[in-house]
Amino acid sequence: MADIAHTRPSPGWVKRNKLAIAPWIFLIPALIFFAIYVVIPIFESLWLSLYEWNGLYNAAGESTAVWVGFDNYVKLWSDPNFWTSLRNNLAWLILYMLAVPLGLFIALFLNQTVTGMRFYKSMFFFPFVISQVVVGLIFGWFYNPDFGVVGTIWKAIFCEETTNILGNTTFRCARPVPDILSSPDWATYGIIAAGLWPQVAYCMILYLTGLNNVAADQIEAARLDGAKGWKMLWYVVIPQLRPATFIAVVVTVIGALRSFDMIAIMTQGGPFGSTNVLAHYMYEVAISEYGERYGYGSAVASVLFAIMLVYISYFLWRMYQDEKDAR
Amino acid sequence: MFLTLKTAVAAVALSAVASTAFARDLVINFDDLNPGPKKGFEDAVAQFKAENPDINVIVNINDREAHKTAIRNFLTADAPDVTSWYPGNRMAPFVDAGLFQPVDDVWEENGFGEDLAAIKATMSRDGKIWGVPYSYYQWGIYYRKDVFDLLGLEEFATWDDMLAGCATMKENGVTPFTIGTKFLWTAAGVFDYINLRTNGYDVHNALTAGEIKYTDDRIKATFNNWKQLIDECGFVENHASMSWQDAIAPFANGDAAMYVMGNFSVDGYKNAGLTEDQIDFMPFPIIDPDVPLAEEAPADAFFIPTNAKNVEDAKKFLAFVARPDVQTQWNATIGQLPINSKADVSDNKFIQEGFALLNSATGLAQFYDRDAPAEMAKAGMEGFQEFMLDTSKMDAVLQRLDEVQVEVYN
Repeated sequence: MADIAHTRPSPGWVKRNKLAIAPWIFLIPALIFFAIYVVIPIFESLWLSLYEWNGLYNAAGESTAVWVGFDNYVKLWSDPNFWTSLRNNLAWLILYMLAVPLGLFIALFLNQTVTGMRFYKSMFFFPFVISQVVVGLIFGWFYNPDFGVVGTIWKAIFCEETTNILGNTTFRCARPVPDILSSPDWATYGIIAAGLWPQVAYCMILYLTGLNNVAADQIEAARLDGAKGWKMLWYVVIPQLRPATFIAVVVTVIGALRSFDMIAIMTQGGPFGSTNVLAHYMYEVAISEYGERYGYGSAVASVLFAIMLVYISYFLWRMYQDEKDAR
Repeated sequence: MFLTLKTAVAAVALSAVASTAFARDLVINFDDLNPGPKKGFEDAVAQFKAENPDINVIVNINDREAHKTAIRNFLTADAPDVTSWYPGNRMAPFVDAGLFQPVDDVWEENGFGEDLAAIKATMSRDGKIWGVPYSYYQWGIYYRKDVFDLLGLEEFATWDDMLAGCATMKENGVTPFTIGTKFLWTAAGVFDYINLRTNGYDVHNALTAGEIKYTDDRIKATFNNWKQLIDECGFVENHASMSWQDAIAPFANGDAAMYVMGNFSVDGYKNAGLTEDQIDFMPFPIIDPDVPLAEEAPADAFFIPTNAKNVEDAKKFLAFVARPDVQTQWNATIGQLPINSKADVSDNKFIQEGFALLNSATGLAQFYDRDAPAEMAKAGMEGFQEFMLDTSKMDAVLQRLDEVQVEVYN
């Protein structure tokens, strides 16, 4: 018996814990990159937000940052640009939510069997496929008062074509052409409208897949009970679309918070900072040509992070609850 | 053909290897890839090489915007021996961080104190001189000569002439000024000029150095003049959604007759189909005859990083780029003005007028966003744009700029 025990030594630690270790081995590459590109920078920027720093190192390679404590946050509080950005962030979050019902209605409209429906569906989905940058450029031209669609239509209604002193064609307008992207009151809404275009498409595709899974027997039963129209939609269809709605809301919130690229393309935060959101303001303060205030930019980033943390925590908690229920 | 090319490459590579063995390396970073400026620089380097065969010059040319980002790293990490950069407040962060070294001795040995006198103040900080400029260009009013001729207008000498001229233009359906303020800095050009003509060079410097407030009566006077310019002359509509290039369109079409701009814009007018007979240049008119004339003339310069390895030859190169003959040749190529007062200018009419203008100036401002610190410049230019869109916001804008000023300068 003793001999047998010798020839078959007890399995090593690794072998014994194979099942526990394996997932971690697979996770390690992702964790390393997540740490380098996400976790460590979060703490670095929190730390940096307590310094005043123009991003330069001196000739010996030492940072020229100066410790200022919570000064940057105090400055933020009295910075009107910061409050404008925060207000715009809120406008984005609220108005972007329109993408969810709009997506639903387009999905309901497209959820029928007509010849060529696939073509219409893909046309409606098209704006989500093209890059945000391209959407921004297209809408920038669309709004352009000189050669855009808005300008052309306006000119057709309110302007007359004449020739100027040199005999070249020009326009005289009874009312000036609206310049949406240069108006401090309207520019943000103009950009949000542009952002809604691809976002509605995204919500639509989510709902279209959701509608495929709506139980036909429940619809049938509801119909027998006399439900139709709005009642059918509200009490029978929408409850079944709950998972799709959840995802649609999540991606729309993320989309609203990611609004950076549209703003960078369409207005660069202008006119005079009135279309900034926190993400773009952070970029402007820290990295752009007239910025180079890394400490202050980090303070903006930290505030944005704190706001997102609330939303992310709720989202994770919801996911956790759902998974617990599912078990 | 392929073989000969290959051998040629090999020969060049070999000679490079061989030359490093005995010659000293001189690394120069330059910041303009546009064909004209690149050629001007490369020609100058070729001449420098010919005069100094024992120096092995290594050139890195980068795009302007990329250079602005890269310089923040390479000055510390991998410093060249010479780099191009801008004087005024743009060099201040690097001077303050100890990343550039002073070149007073280069100025002294070559008598630049006299030949480059106009620019000396802008190249100085903390009582030392930090670089050597190779080129600059004038600002002023570019106008449609054909439109002026049709309306019987002459170049405006004074502010009142201009306001009267504007009235004539408006009666005939011509918008006096075009401008595109989307990227903000164009508005700063207009502000600078009205301020220079209302208060003069010293007030411009005091303002950008944070020594006087924006709510100061003198600055308010500037803004009131600006308001008058907007009310009685006027700029094209929708200027806030146009870049400076977009704003050329109404100018080229004859809808607008004047453009406050730098000389680099002449290429833009020509590309828009205008000929030299259709456009002309006039200095910004006089507002207060008692104020000595100062002009905007942003300069481009070379600096030596503190971490440069070959300082001796770097200084040789700096002395070289300011030589009259080098500056003459270089600026003839790039269509700008040499700074060395002993250099000759090309016979282009805009260059000639600019040369006369800048030589008679009592002071040369760099530009609002080069003289003021970045944070102040950004807030200031946003304020200018806001004011141009709605002049009734003047007091609120000035108040706001005062607040920013307090934060920036201490």
